[in-house]
Amino acid sequence: MRRAEIITAFILGIFSIYLMWKSGDPPAWNPSVPRFANIGFDETGTPGSGFWPFWLGFIMLICTIWIGMNWVLKRSPQSVSEEPFLDDYGKKMFLTVGGGLIGFLIMIHIAGFYGAIFLFMIYYLKFLGRHTWLLTLIIATSLPVVSFFFFDVAMRIVLPKGYLEPLFIPL
Amino acid sequence: MEVLGHLLEGIMIALEPVNLGLAIIGVVIGLFVGAMPGLGSVNGVAILLPFTFVIQGFTGGATSPMIFLASIYYGAMYGGAISSITLGIPGASTAVATTFDGRPLAMQGKAHVALMAAALASFVGATISNILFTGFAPVLASVALNFGNPEIFALMLLAFATFAGLGGDDFPKTIFSICFGLALSAVGFDIISGEPRLIFFDIQGFSHGIRFLVLAIGIYGIGEMLWTINNTRYGSSMSNVEVNFASIVYALKKFKGAWKGTLIGSFIGFFVGILPAAGATPGSLMAYGITKMTSKDPSKYGKGEVDGVAAPEAANNSASTGAMLPMMTLGIPGSPTTAVLLAGMVIWGLQPGPLLFANQPDFVWPLIGSFYISNFVAVTVNILFIPVFLWMLRMPFTILSPTIFVLSLVGTYAAYMDMFDVWLMVLVGFGGFFMRILDYPVAPAVLAIVLGPIAEPTLRQTLLQYETPTIFFTRPIAGPITVCAIILILLPGIQFAMRKMRSKA
Repeated sequence: MRRAEIITAFILGIFSIYLMWKSGDPPAWNPSVPRFANIGFDETGTPGSGFWPFWLGFIMLICTIWIGMNWVLKRSPQSVSEEPFLDDYGKKMFLTVGGGLIGFLIMIHIAGFYGAIFLFMIYYLKFLGRHTWLLTLIIATSLPVVSFFFFDVAMRIVLPKGYLEPLFIPL
Repeated sequence: MEVLGHLLEGIMIALEPVNLGLAIIGVVIGLFVGAMPGLGSVNGVAILLPFTFVIQGFTGGATSPMIFLASIYYGAMYGGAISSITLGIPGASTAVATTFDGRPLAMQGKAHVALMAAALASFVGATISNILFTGFAPVLASVALNFGNPEIFALMLLAFATFAGLGGDDFPKTIFSICFGLALSAVGFDIISGEPRLIFFDIQGFSHGIRFLVLAIGIYGIGEMLWTINNTRYGSSMSNVEVNFASIVYALKKFKGAWKGTLIGSFIGFFVGILPAAGATPGSLMAYGITKMTSKDPSKYGKGEVDGVAAPEAANNSASTGAMLPMMTLGIPGSPTTAVLLAGMVIWGLQPGPLLFANQPDFVWPLIGSFYISNFVAVTVNILFIPVFLWMLRMPFTILSPTIFVLSLVGTYAAYMDMFDVWLMVLVGFGGFFMRILDYPVAPAVLAIVLGPIAEPTLRQTLLQYETPTIFFTRPIAGPITVCAIILILLPGIQFAMRKMRSKA
């Protein structure tokens, strides 16, 4: 946990600097305006478009430095924690569940929402949940069917169907 | 009398078949969501917010969708007690205090006593807070009608300051979380100059801004679920509960002795619920503590005292209505769930704040009326369906969690029809999971994302109009609010200095 705390603070610090940098972007229609010209007040006394995000980014940067100092001085619970950031179970869980979600997202582009729901439920119920094939197939089939009739048919919200589009035309 | 007339009209509209049906469905969903460990009212409301567009499409107004979400909120407050008592795992953080005495009662074979006490205390708590709400809301709204940009920004500052000063989380992490939420709400086009800004890595998906739902569902639908799976490891063990007529009569007799905790919880819950950052969790813990402290025999608490169940349950229900008060009258949510409700109101085309009472009485009063109706529905459904919820609680988490993941992805797509948002939602969920492990509080970020689009324009317009930031200190209403906010921000530092001085002494 201790190492994760400082690495995260460092990453968030970099993000804060990036946020400040992006806040100072000149307008797309007038690139000749110098960077950071918009983070203060304009001639009418109005704060520019970058004022709000720039100073928020600045406060975020100060906070990450503060978190870093707490880490050095061992003043926060995470900076003195001996526990792992993710134990073996946590790592495996994140890889299998998080990986499953990424797979689900990729499958939406190929098999559409309904195909992806079917495959994701089989993966989750059978391989992660170790449920019986019967229960797995009942849930994995009924969820996309119910979703289809709810969204596409009843609500007229058409979800992407990927390469399975022809199968839905008769419906 | 005028208020009573409005309330009566509102109750009649809330009793219309569509609204009553939505209240019943919402309460049932809420009870289930609240009872499921790892899920709370905010998860239920966030995940189901996209589905309210469908309800709005059918009914044509914002009243029915809001009644639906408010009923989920109510139901979840009731439901949290079910798993606290039977599993020993709080269904939501708001029901943590219920575990202290609810679980020992269940272990003694008196789970039915605890469940009945929780349901009845919740009913009393919610009824008292509904009456307080009806009395306070119009008055506060009429005062808030005099608010200009400096006052509104000062109120925003106060809301953030309470999170930083009273939230009890790591101070720099809380401030970071608030600023992070505010920065994310600024992505897209600057509403004053029209300039595109913060288009991260020049990805065009960011040009329409980061939508609130994407963040809320990501954090509460994906991040919290991952965190719960990691913590509970899909496991739980349930106490046996027998529910029959004789056991209900016995439980009712026992509840008679819990009137003190119920009343303490009802009043504390309401007033703590009004404060941003406080809400139902500290409200229920405070109610438990005070009931125990004022008891003739505090040693009984923690060992199965009915008052110890009644006090936090009355408080968390009362606080849920209390948190609605600043949301509806000032446009400031008192809890993450009301932040989602507030965002819903904006999406449905309403302008939360004092003008809501003046301009949208046909929305406000049916909603307030629905609080009363939902409360009756919730206590009835809760008591009648206790065996059903106990059966549902036995549903393995390995079935519930993928279903919630699917709902989160489909709900996000259905709301905006944009796959970029679905990808972003999942990535936000992963980020939320890691942040949660490292104790970065997510509630202030959610509050900030909702309030960001109000805070920035009011600050900039104030500076444009008055040309000096001292205006926040010199206006009669904005001044005291700003000073209070600054004191609250400095509070952790003052406490730290005092502790140092004491330890030296």
